Amino acid sequence: MEKIPILKMGRFLLVTVQVDMHDQLAMQLQEDLTDRIVAARARGVLIDISALEVVDSFIGRMISNIAAMARVLDAETVVVGIQPAVAITLVELGLSLEGVRTALNIDRGMSLLQERLAEEQR
Amino acid sequence: MTVVNRSVLPIRSQEDIVRVRQATRESAVAQGFSLVDQTKLVTAASELARNTLDYGGGGEVEITRLSEPPRRGVRLVFTDKGPGIADIELALKDGYTSGGGLGLGLSGAKRLSNEFSIESKVGEGTQVTIARWR
Repeated sequence: MEKIPILKMGRFLLVTVQVDMHDQLAMQLQEDLTDRIVAARARGVLIDISALEVVDSFIGRMISNIAAMARVLDAETVVVGIQPAVAITLVELGLSLEGVRTALNIDRGMSLLQERLAEEQR
Repeated sequence: MTVVNRSVLPIRSQEDIVRVRQATRESAVAQGFSLVDQTKLVTAASELARNTLDYGGGGEVEITRLSEPPRRGVRLVFTDKGPGIADIELALKDGYTSGGGLGLGLSGAKRLSNEFSIESKVGEGTQVTIARWR
């Protein structure tokens, strides 16, 4: 069965969505990620959707769900790489991804996660 | 208004929704839509295809490339033989859902299109037509 790979980088998990996901695949990612957060004791999740040309309400809901579930499991989620056309469409669709942190690219997303971790350890 | 090209795709599975997105993108590109316009139309198509599958029990979409100089457009007609919509006004409200969704599918697709119409008969099915022009 096809799956979206989840990479571990230190205390963080990295997901790069590179295919046009059908709904079941998106649901699978949600489950896999929550499992991996617990197994890897991850403190942050970085989701790169720069390759996604379309984010409809289903994918948008999945992203919000992942962020909410991760928060419950004490991990922060940052979504990076939203294409400008996708951002325009999302807002017009009525989806604002509330509660989801976003960053322009992976570097900035990673900095966000590291800052949060550093703050806690102070 | 002349028809440049017309095709019909089935909507029977989640993979079909992906195919509808791809076919809609192809038509939008062929018609010279900007990237933002392409994205809006494809997103609207995705919402409506999912409605056809989830609420209509499956159906089909007709994708038509239109020419009406100087403008060019793409029209999508989603048809199902599902239970129909009893209260269309309610179904078009943001946040209203009869299923487990966000309730943005129909209202969102309407906002993302230049033309939108819906016909539905309880017990017979639903037909949603959208068009976008450049």
